[in-house]
Amino acid sequence: MTQKFQQDVFVRTVEADTLPPPAKETGVMGWLWRNLFSSMMNYSSFGLSFKSLLMALFTALFFYIGFTQIVFLIDFIFVSAVWSDPTGIKREACWTVTQGGALPDGWHAACWPFIFAKLKFVIYGPYPIDELWRVNLTGIFGLVGLLWVLLSFLPYRKQVGIAMLTVYPVIAFMLLTGGAGKIDLLSSSSMILISLSLITIGRLSKRGFLGIILQEFANIIGFLGWALISYEVLMLLLSIDFGLEPVGTGDWGGLLITLVVAITGIVVSLPVGILLALGRRSDMPVARLLCTVFIEFWRGVPLISVLFMASVMIPLFLPEGVNFDKLVRALIGVMLFSAAYMAEVVRGGLQAMDKGQYEAAEAMGLTYWQSMRLIILPQALTHVIPGIVNTFIGLFKDTTLVSIIGLFDLLGAGKSAIADASWSSPVQAITIYLFVALIFFAFCFGMSRYSIYMENKLSKSRSH
Amino acid sequence: MSFDSNNLSTLIRDSRVRNIGYQIIIILALILSVWWLIDNTTTNLGNRGKSLGFGFLTQTAGFEISHTLGTWLFDYKVGISTYTDIYFIGVTNTLLIAILGIFFASLIGFSIGIMRLSSNIVLRYFATAYVEVIRNIPLLLQLFFWYFAVLGLLPKARSKLDIFGGLGGLNITGLYTPAPVFEAGFGYVASSFFVAVAASIAIIQFSKYRRDQTGKGLNLGLFVPSLLICLPGIVFFLVGSPLDWSLPVFKDTGPIFKRGFQPDQGMVLVPEMLAVLLSLTLYTAGFIAEIVRAGILAVSKGQTEAAHSLGLGSGITLRLVVIPQAMRIIIPPLTSQYLNLTKNSSLAVAIAYPELVSIFAGTALNQVGKEIEMIFMVMTTYLGFSLITSLFMNWFNSRVKIVER
Repeated sequence: MTQKFQQDVFVRTVEADTLPPPAKETGVMGWLWRNLFSSMMNYSSFGLSFKSLLMALFTALFFYIGFTQIVFLIDFIFVSAVWSDPTGIKREACWTVTQGGALPDGWHAACWPFIFAKLKFVIYGPYPIDELWRVNLTGIFGLVGLLWVLLSFLPYRKQVGIAMLTVYPVIAFMLLTGGAGKIDLLSSSSMILISLSLITIGRLSKRGFLGIILQEFANIIGFLGWALISYEVLMLLLSIDFGLEPVGTGDWGGLLITLVVAITGIVVSLPVGILLALGRRSDMPVARLLCTVFIEFWRGVPLISVLFMASVMIPLFLPEGVNFDKLVRALIGVMLFSAAYMAEVVRGGLQAMDKGQYEAAEAMGLTYWQSMRLIILPQALTHVIPGIVNTFIGLFKDTTLVSIIGLFDLLGAGKSAIADASWSSPVQAITIYLFVALIFFAFCFGMSRYSIYMENKLSKSRSH
Repeated sequence: MSFDSNNLSTLIRDSRVRNIGYQIIIILALILSVWWLIDNTTTNLGNRGKSLGFGFLTQTAGFEISHTLGTWLFDYKVGISTYTDIYFIGVTNTLLIAILGIFFASLIGFSIGIMRLSSNIVLRYFATAYVEVIRNIPLLLQLFFWYFAVLGLLPKARSKLDIFGGLGGLNITGLYTPAPVFEAGFGYVASSFFVAVAASIAIIQFSKYRRDQTGKGLNLGLFVPSLLICLPGIVFFLVGSPLDWSLPVFKDTGPIFKRGFQPDQGMVLVPEMLAVLLSLTLYTAGFIAEIVRAGILAVSKGQTEAAHSLGLGSGITLRLVVIPQAMRIIIPPLTSQYLNLTKNSSLAVAIAYPELVSIFAGTALNQVGKEIEMIFMVMTTYLGFSLITSLFMNWFNSRVKIVER
């Protein structure tokens, strides 16, 4: 019985050929199905049909909006735009027939000759035209240095980075302002004496009698001495007259001010933010309270009011005779504000750290600052790179607010370029705003892409 | 001697003692610098012949403010209203922008955030493009764009664009809509509405209680919405329709300077407010969209799969499984976006919408010159907003938080 049954049974010994996937799952059709139609093709019940129809309607609507916007932008920027003004008729180059120009009625597109005419103003502001090479040189140095640090395949990145943070600001300051600051030889020589003695005390207090009391401060005292002496040397350097024409910050403007404010804010906010974040997590109640109040205060008020405060109240806070110019006051406001935001990002990284790391550092006998510098911060900061870059992007965008307290940054310069009646036309405002928006977009989008790239790279290196 | 020095050195090496020492140094440094600042400030104020004090708040203000909710509520009149009124007008207008902005930004932001996760490529790419463009362009630039480049294209003051079938109109002086005029007896309608709200809350609470006790709630259906609409409606007609509409009046005849929309007729939303609201809403919506997307993605896929395997449809899964868990992640960053929106409303100073910074720290400050007091008041107000919002959101957050074992 069993025997016979077994003979009747068909047993496949070779695997059947795999059937091709259904037509609507592969190729162009499959892609279209997955990405477009699957969400709007279910008509099996009333509710689902309603949903599918709604989805189809939305798809059509958004496709229409997106498509018309893209077409409009391409037409506005390239196709219909006026590109040149060969006869030098200025505003009439962008006028329609009814307005007295030559363009057909209903024409609405970018007026690029206006931008070309205002390009110098929008990038450099009222900076003297013969001295523009100094700004360009500063920019080229900065760009080369930045690329060198960012591109991971180049050698000596660390050294270049240190130079960018120490030597470059001095060069930039000298090039942009013209250097030749005034200096009091008596006070600076006494300062140098003080700093030399500080360095000596720092050396002595590593051991011996002074060491009993000051050992832990030895490094800090030495550091203070070095900082003071380098400050004095810096001042002496800046007082050297290289024969450059002095250019006051009142003559700066446009992209130049935007970059100066953004880069200063970014460079200062990171170290100050780290100190504030450490202070907020310190086990000393006074330091904790102070840092918390500082951070929450600056985060709780709008940047505009901070800038107003910086521009009207800083002159009141300073001793008589001391006065900062408008740019420096704005910079102080931006620094305070961005340091508080940076502190919160860094604190996030510190809190995300495994407690074992802190304990291990302590068990190794490292001092607080050693463990922070060597163990905690390198890890915590890598964790929050996306947050740091986001803060940078926010800060870069926020620099536009300095135009409200009367500095001509990129946006402010663009806005005041509109006031030029010799280019007045209905498309004047929209053209310059579009141009400024494109510049901001390029910077911010670039930063966010770099952050995503870094994040991927780091998450790869972290996952093994 | 050696004993003493040893003792001293142990004392100095004791981290507790050191910490106290550090803190004393910090406090001393703080006191010194505050004293230095105060000393400088008093000298400077003395040199300029100024003094501190809030006496200016009772002075009358002598400048025009464009028609907004604040000026209407506090009945602003040049030469009669005081700087206290100006302060409250500013606060009102800031709050108005903040509340409207938060509402619309959440609406758009949640939609865009969900669209970014759609399987439909059109919706997905639209949302992505929106988020990338909006987030990478400064808010102030967007504000200028809406105010100067878009609203500047509207019809001039002597012509209009009809909306709502001619009931309202739009031109460069603003958006004109019919205004409600409350007559005597409207108080009854308003109080009946509050009674309806109270009754609805009581009924819902009772139903919840019943469900907790017996497992079966009341079958409320459409009872609550109909109660909310019908009770005030019935009272409204009983007291004889105490509501009238004041329609905007547009004149296109007569002297040229009197043409256009007439003042004090209907309700006007000034273009500054429209521009601030548009730019703030769209800008913040871009950030909210990213928060929502990240929150939904953070809910583990197993949750969705488990819900599907229990037989729940995708809508119910989203509503009952994914969103409650995503909200937990979304709420803290959402709070900070709401606060950002409130603070960013101060950018309205750039186009002279009369909010707190613009009229109080701007125009009024220039008139009175009390920098310290006025900026102190403005900053304290914003700090207060921040504090209240974060307290409310913390309370809300603790309600939606999953109770862990």
